[in-house]
Amino acid sequence: MSKDTEILEELTSSEYKYGFESNIEADSAPKGLNEDIIRFISSKKNEPEWMLEWRLKAYRHWLTLKEPKWPNVSYPEINYQDIIYYSAPKQKVAPKSLDEVDPELRETFEKLGISLDEQKRLTGVAVDAVIDSVSVATTFKDKLAELGIIFCSFSEAVQEHPELVKKYIGSVVPVNDNYFAALNSAVFSDGSFCYIPKGVRCPMELSTYFRINAANTGQFERTLIIADEGSYVSYLEGCTAPMRDENQLHAAVVELYACDHAEIKYSTVQNWYPGDKDGKGGIYNFVTKRGICAGDHSKISWTQVETGSAITWKYPSCILKGDHSVGEFYSVAVTNNWQQADTGTKMIHLGKNTRSRIVSKGVSAGQSQNSYRGLVQIHKRAKNARNHSQCDSLLMGDKCGAHTFPYIETSNNSAQIEHEATTSKIGEDQIFYCLQRGIDEESAVALIVNGYCKEVLNQLPMEFAVEAQKLLALTLEGSVG
Amino acid sequence: MLSIKNLHASIEDKQILKGINLEVKPGEVHAIMGPNGSGKSTLASVLAGREDYEVTEGSIEFLGKDLLELEAEERAREGLFLAFQYPVEIPGVSSTNFLKTALNQIREHRGLDPLDAVSFLSLMKEKIKLVEIDKSLLNRSLNEGFSGGEKKRNEIFQMAMLEPRLAVLDETDSGLDIDALKVVANGVNTLKSKDNATIVVTHYQRLLDYIVPDFVHVLYNGKIVKSGPKELALELEEKGYDWIKEAEPIH
Repeated sequence: MSKDTEILEELTSSEYKYGFESNIEADSAPKGLNEDIIRFISSKKNEPEWMLEWRLKAYRHWLTLKEPKWPNVSYPEINYQDIIYYSAPKQKVAPKSLDEVDPELRETFEKLGISLDEQKRLTGVAVDAVIDSVSVATTFKDKLAELGIIFCSFSEAVQEHPELVKKYIGSVVPVNDNYFAALNSAVFSDGSFCYIPKGVRCPMELSTYFRINAANTGQFERTLIIADEGSYVSYLEGCTAPMRDENQLHAAVVELYACDHAEIKYSTVQNWYPGDKDGKGGIYNFVTKRGICAGDHSKISWTQVETGSAITWKYPSCILKGDHSVGEFYSVAVTNNWQQADTGTKMIHLGKNTRSRIVSKGVSAGQSQNSYRGLVQIHKRAKNARNHSQCDSLLMGDKCGAHTFPYIETSNNSAQIEHEATTSKIGEDQIFYCLQRGIDEESAVALIVNGYCKEVLNQLPMEFAVEAQKLLALTLEGSVG
Repeated sequence: MLSIKNLHASIEDKQILKGINLEVKPGEVHAIMGPNGSGKSTLASVLAGREDYEVTEGSIEFLGKDLLELEAEERAREGLFLAFQYPVEIPGVSSTNFLKTALNQIREHRGLDPLDAVSFLSLMKEKIKLVEIDKSLLNRSLNEGFSGGEKKRNEIFQMAMLEPRLAVLDETDSGLDIDALKVVANGVNTLKSKDNATIVVTHYQRLLDYIVPDFVHVLYNGKIVKSGPKELALELEEKGYDWIKEAEPIH
C-alpha cells in the first residue's frame, strides 16, 4: 500500500471510529437543547455511560442557573434553543484553488505572512495539503508516544484513556462552576487531551496538532492537560488566522492539572472574527480556563494575546494549592471598533509560600471597551503568600474605554500583595517622533504598541511572538488619525 | 536646497510666524537665534510637518519639491531631519529596532533594498563612534531613563545613521554640559559635507563656538529681523536681544 493510500485509509477509518457516518442528514442534531439532544451527542460519539451521566448532571444543573450579568459587556440576549449543539464536520464544497477564496481573507493571510501551503490548508483548498497535515500530525504523535505522552482529541481520550478522563474531568472546573462551564460540560463537542507522564519534559511545543484540528472543533471545546510529577509541557492554543465562524457563541473549558514539581505553560493567541466596523457579527468568546497547582513546587503560567472576538470574557486562573507553587498570568488584550473585552485572572492562594504574578496590558481603540478584572485571594493557611500585579491600559483616540477592577481578599496577615496600575494615551508626540524619522503611521503605532506589550510578548515562544506582533498591528490598522 | 518664502503659520488661531524668508544652499550652516517665544521652535516644527501648526501663507521648497504638500514621514524620507528639543521616550522599543525600521523605510522610499541585520549592525558600530554613546544604550528602550545629554547625543546618532540632506537642530544645546556640547558639535561637524546643510536653532551663542555658522539670522516676533555673518552671534551675546527688538525688519 502506498503511503498516501495508507493515510487515506487511516483518515476514513478514524472518521468511522468517531461515529461520523456518511449519511449527512443524520449527522446534525435539530436546533435546541434538551436531554434527548445530549443523549444524541453522547451516542454519536459512542461514549460510555458515565460520560453521558456526567453530561446530564451538568445539563440539569445548568437549568437551575441564570446567565451572569456582572461582566462589563453588553450583547443581545442569546437564545439557547436556537443553537445547533451537534454537527459533524461539514462536507463543504472545497474551493478548487485559492482564487476562489474570499479575497479579504487572503489579504489577511498575506499580511500575517502565512505561506501558500498553509493558506490552502486553512481555507480547505487542496486535498494533498490536508493529507500532508495529517501525516505531519501522525509523525508528531509517534514521537510523543515514545515518551509516553498522550496527546489526542478529547473524544479519542474518552475511548482510549477513560480512566484518566474520568479521574480529571471536572476536577478543576466542576460542572456546577458557572453558567457557561455547565453548558459546555453538557454539550462539549471535542477538544484536546494531553497527559505528560512522571518526569517527562515534553520536547516540543504542542501546537501544530491543535491548529490542524481547530477547523473541526466546534463552539464548545474542552481541553484537559495533566502534568504528572516533575513533568513539563508548553501548550500553544491558537487560531492565528481569522476563523469566519458562523457560530456566535463559543463557550470553551480548559482545565490544567499540575502535580508535584510539574510545570504547565499555556499560551493563547486568539484572533476570532471581531465583527465588522459597525459592530455587526463576530464571536462571543465566553471561556472558563483554570489550572490547579495541586502539587508542591508546581507552576502554571498563562500567557494570552487576545485580539479577536466581538466579546471576550475570560479569566484564566490558578489555584495555588501546593506549597511553594507559582501562578503567572501575562495578558495582552486589544480591542478596536466595537469590540468588548472583560478579561483578567484569579489567583487563589491556598498553600504556604505560594507566589503569583499578574501582568496585564490592555489596548483600546475605536469605540471599544476594555476591562481588566482580577482577584487575588489569600486563604488562611497560605502563609507567606506573595502577589505582584501590574495592570496597564493604553488608549487610542477618545471614544474608547479602559476599566480596571482589581479585587484583593486576604485572610492571612503574612501576605505581601502589590498592585500597580497605569493608564496612558498613545502619545501624538511619540507618533510624530516616528513620522519624523520616516516611519509611516501604521508602522509607528505597531512599534509603540508592541513596545508597550513587550513584557507579555516575551513570554511567548519565538514563532508565536512574531505572529502575535503582526496580529497586533493588523488589529489596530486604521485606528489612528 | 531650501527656500522659504513669506511663511506665515499659526497654532490655534494664534499667529506665530509672520512672514519668514530664508534660503539655504548645500554645504551651508545657518544659525537661527532669537529670544524665547520668537517662533524658533515653531519654524522647526513647521519644517518637519507637525500637524498642530497651520501654514496660512507662503511657500517652502525643498530639493525642488513643495514641502508643504508632503506628509511628515515623506519629508523625512526626502532627507529632512529634525533633532528634537525634547526627544520622546518610547517604552519597550529599542533604539536599534526603531532605527532599523526608520532606515529601511527611508531606503525603500529611495528604491534601495532593506539592510540586513549584519550590515545594519556594522553601520551602527561605525556611526556610534561619532557621538561616544555607550553601546548598551542602544538595546534599551528608546530614550527611556536616558540623561538629558544621552538623549541629545542619541538624536545626533540617529542623524548620523539616517544621513539627511538637511538637518534642523532644535535647541540641541539646551541642558548640555560643556563636554556633551563638544561631543554633539563634533558629531555635527563630522557629518557636514558639501551636499548637506544644517540649520541650528538656538537661544545661546555658546553652541556656535563649536558649530560655526555661515549665516546667523535673528528671529523676533515671527520675523527674521536681522541676518549676518557669524560675528552677529557674538554681537548678540554681548548686547542681548533688546537692541534687535527696536531694529527694522528686513525684506
